[in-house]
Amino acid sequence: MKKIQILGTGCAKCQKLAAVAEEAAKALGVPYELEKVTDPKKIMSFGVMSTPALVVDGTVRLTGRVPSTEDARKLLS
Amino acid sequence: MNQRRNLSALTRAAAGLAALAAWWLVYRQLAAVAGWATPSLLGLRRESPLGSAVEFFIYETPKVLMLLVLVVFGVGIVRSYFTPERTRAMLAGRRESAGNVLAALLGVVTPFCSCSAVPLFIGFVTAGVPLGVTFSFLISAPMVNEIALVLLFGLFGWKVAALYLGTGLLIALVAGWIIGRLKLERHVEDWVYANKVDATAPAEERLDLAARVAAGREAVRDIVGRVWLYVVLGIAVGAGIHGYVPTNAMASIMGRGAWWSVPLAVLIGVPMYSNAAGIIPVVQALLGKGAALGTVLAFMMSVIGLSLPEAIILRKVLKPPLLLIFFGVVAAGITAVGFLFNWLL
Repeated sequence: MKKIQILGTGCAKCQKLAAVAEEAAKALGVPYELEKVTDPKKIMSFGVMSTPALVVDGTVRLTGRVPSTEDARKLLS
Repeated sequence: MNQRRNLSALTRAAAGLAALAAWWLVYRQLAAVAGWATPSLLGLRRESPLGSAVEFFIYETPKVLMLLVLVVFGVGIVRSYFTPERTRAMLAGRRESAGNVLAALLGVVTPFCSCSAVPLFIGFVTAGVPLGVTFSFLISAPMVNEIALVLLFGLFGWKVAALYLGTGLLIALVAGWIIGRLKLERHVEDWVYANKVDATAPAEERLDLAARVAAGREAVRDIVGRVWLYVVLGIAVGAGIHGYVPTNAMASIMGRGAWWSVPLAVLIGVPMYSNAAGIIPVVQALLGKGAALGTVLAFMMSVIGLSLPEAIILRKVLKPPLLLIFFGVVAAGITAVGFLFNWLL
């Protein structure tokens, strides 16, 4: 089970990142669990300063931008 | 191998130069094309209200969009050298004054989106960036941005763009310094200081030039894709004002004589939220109708720099007194700039 977390306070880019990550995870065909983290305290606990950010299994993989689905798939695998 | 790479870099550089030359050639013809197309193609008299509105629109729209693409591309490349993490590492442990100057300048070039204002604020103060220095950054980052500067340059000329840049930086600098002097750390929400983080910039992948050019292209797609509609709408409204509002109609309410128009413009502008792309074309048309430059600049700065949504986001980390002082100091600075320009020019 892959744990995918989207960090962001709910701006448009965060929604987009969640959609892209979900699409990439489905394309990979691995079981996953997606969580949106919107609480600033929790976001800070990852040490992230620019949102949206993508966290896979507890590791920050991407901050501050929305990747292409292709890039997102690489980050997830 | 190496030779082939040099060759392909050379081809790409040549292609880039050719694109720039083509851009310049088209750009220079825009006024002439609009002046010709309005009467000849559309059959409108250039002096009529509709004719002058249409000519304004078909000249300004491609001009501003072309400028926007070029500058956003350039800024996208520059910004790939600056990340929030690197900026923080440069600011951590700085003394005030010098720190305020540096923060205001870095605010212009560091990528910033108001939706990450909160994580950025926490990331800065917990890493030892002084509160006032953090505010200098938070003021200059949204207010002095490339889109505002492009539009000001394109529609008003380089003098106004330079004035905006200079005064925007000055406000960020002074307001941040004042907030630092007031020792307001106790008005930051208590949980913010509870987590301590390290200010060292994380090791990042080194980008080659091709990747930075790709970042520039990405910025164009992202930013121009997001704001082009506002630009077109803003210019359309501006064109309407240009054609139909009589000259000097604005002189009595937004003119230099009406001293109260500056604070009023700021008061109206602060809660409003619009990006630079939507507001500047409108404001340019008002200026043409007798509004005073200082009043117009103050209105623009307060719309772009401060907004109600930003206040709501920042409330998560700032207690009400600090939030009020922040907005109050910046609004006062903007008002002062408005008066200064109305008095000087």
